[in-house]
Amino acid sequence: MIPFDYERADDARSAVATVAGRPGAVFLGAGTNLVDHMKLGVANPDLLVDVSRLPFDVIEPLQGGGVRIGATVRNSDLAAAPVIRQRYPMLAAALLAGASGQLRNVATTAGNLLQRTRCVYFQDVTTPCNKRRPGSGCSAVEGYTRDHAILGASPHCVAVHPSDMAVALTALDAVVQVEGPSGPRSLAISDLYRLPGDQPQRDTVLEHGELITAVDLPELPMAARSSYRKVRDRASYAFALVSVAAAVDVVDGVMRDVRIALGGVAHKPWRASRAEEALRGAPAAEDAFRHAADAELTEARPLRDNAFKIPMARNTMVTVLRGLTWEEGR
Amino acid sequence: MDVEMTLRVDGARYRLVVDTRTTLLDALRERLGITSPKKGCDHGQCGACTVLLDGRRATTCLALAVAHDDAEIITANGLAAGEELHPVARAFLDHDGFQCGYCTPGQICSAVGMLDEVEAGWPSHVSEELAGGVELDDEEIRERMSGNLCRCGAYANIVAAIREVAR
Ligand SMILES: Cc1cc2nc3c(=O)[nH]c(=O)nc-3n(C[C@H](O)[C@H](O)[C@H](O)COP(=O)(O)OP(=O)(O)OC[C@H]3O[C@@H](n4cnc5c(N)ncnc54)[C@H](O)[C@@H]3O)c2cc1C
Ligand code: SF4
Ligand code: FES
Ligand code: FES
Repeated sequence: MIPFDYERADDARSAVATVAGRPGAVFLGAGTNLVDHMKLGVANPDLLVDVSRLPFDVIEPLQGGGVRIGATVRNSDLAAAPVIRQRYPMLAAALLAGASGQLRNVATTAGNLLQRTRCVYFQDVTTPCNKRRPGSGCSAVEGYTRDHAILGASPHCVAVHPSDMAVALTALDAVVQVEGPSGPRSLAISDLYRLPGDQPQRDTVLEHGELITAVDLPELPMAARSSYRKVRDRASYAFALVSVAAAVDVVDGVMRDVRIALGGVAHKPWRASRAEEALRGAPAAEDAFRHAADAELTEARPLRDNAFKIPMARNTMVTVLRGLTWEEGR
Repeated sequence: MDVEMTLRVDGARYRLVVDTRTTLLDALRERLGITSPKKGCDHGQCGACTVLLDGRRATTCLALAVAHDDAEIITANGLAAGEELHPVARAFLDHDGFQCGYCTPGQICSAVGMLDEVEAGWPSHVSEELAGGVELDDEEIRERMSGNLCRCGAYANIVAAIREVAR
């Protein structure tokens, strides 16, 4: 690790000003991703501005029925919060499917959103990687791609986003509140993340010095009927090969509305808009689920080692939808 | 950059000066000579460095010491009440919940923290109901302890030890 300075932020505004004013400065949450990357030489900041103790450790109701999750709320506290368990169960389930009890106890909401890809080449500084060193090439394209993307990739990067929580937040249309050098702004979560294109070094649209202060969940009654399913190499404590977050609104056996997002398949949590479109107004039945999953995956392009993810994504979508609607079929 | 800070560990208070690069684990082991928490992977993956940090179980190898000025830390060593072993430590002995013992302090701290989480009604990934009311069966214990690896594979006895304490 290269030497660095450390400051504990007193408030959001000064934290933003400090980081914005120094190119090598970054925000520090619990450090479970950042400090790992500093040890590996993947990140080399010269100043850490610790925002983990800013007074954003609260979950509060929003006018209009939504819920605001402060940026420093710990993953375990968020998963345990009654309002999340009851009204947004897919979010609690996604959090509980991630990392371990010890890590969730410290990891922050903002840090979870901004954790970086687990692509092995990204984490290995001896190999070329466009995300870590722009222009150096992508080792995965010609290499090991079992964990990589099937949707939305570019020739410059085929990495996937690792967060479980972000998949549920994407299905829920969460809004990310940001404080920046030129003031606050709000971003729909699907606009926060980007596809790699020719700038894979940028995971999100955030500019240097922009601080996440909160994540807002809209009022969404159908989310009470939602779930998260994660497929991985072992039963626990592993990143997703494929995951699915979904919520349904079924009336008289017909899908009145539906929300679906996929994890483990793309550079960003993947909103399955085509599947949603195919399902609205369709019967809550196996055939419709298959048809919708296929519609979503028509654009899927496997790499050398990950063709299995296409049927896996399809089957997981169908299984989740079946699980959420099985009462209707009786 | 050197920073002066305080740590409270197992009931004692320490003033120390650390380089900002020092992890909480290295501060405990290398600076204070408190070797109960172990360094397994140093990347957050094995749980050997688990302690109770301000009352909750946490790994210490990815935490920076400076970020935890004035923290209250309890290691597996500090769980004992004098000569009296903590019930979880006692159960690990009774059930042979270890072989080499390297992962054990982390397992014990993790189990203690985990039992508090169950007490608070926190669900896990394998809980039938997210709403609460957890029954700590073997499947629940395995899931909740999955952040602690044991290279000796003493898992069966670790589960038995925790099951006994939970009863
Ligand atoms: C062994 C292991 C297994 C894991 N398994 C999973 C898993 O299965 N699923 C999963 O989803 N995750 C998993 N994780 C990742 C874990 O969820 C993240 O490391 C954690 O959520 C990051 O939170 P943090 O507070 O520690 O962030 P930090 O590491 O402190 O920060 C991460 C990034 O966010 C930035 N940042 C932090 N706060 C802010 C803010 N307020 N505004 C702007 N930028 C900010 C930092 O600058 C940094 O770039 C795993 C991690 C480990 C070590
Ligand atoms: S897939 Fe992306 S992160 Fe992985 S090596 Fe290629 S450029 Fe780097
Ligand atoms: S040494 Fe900290 S988790 Fe392995
Ligand atoms: S007892 Fe040897 S690693 Fe667990």
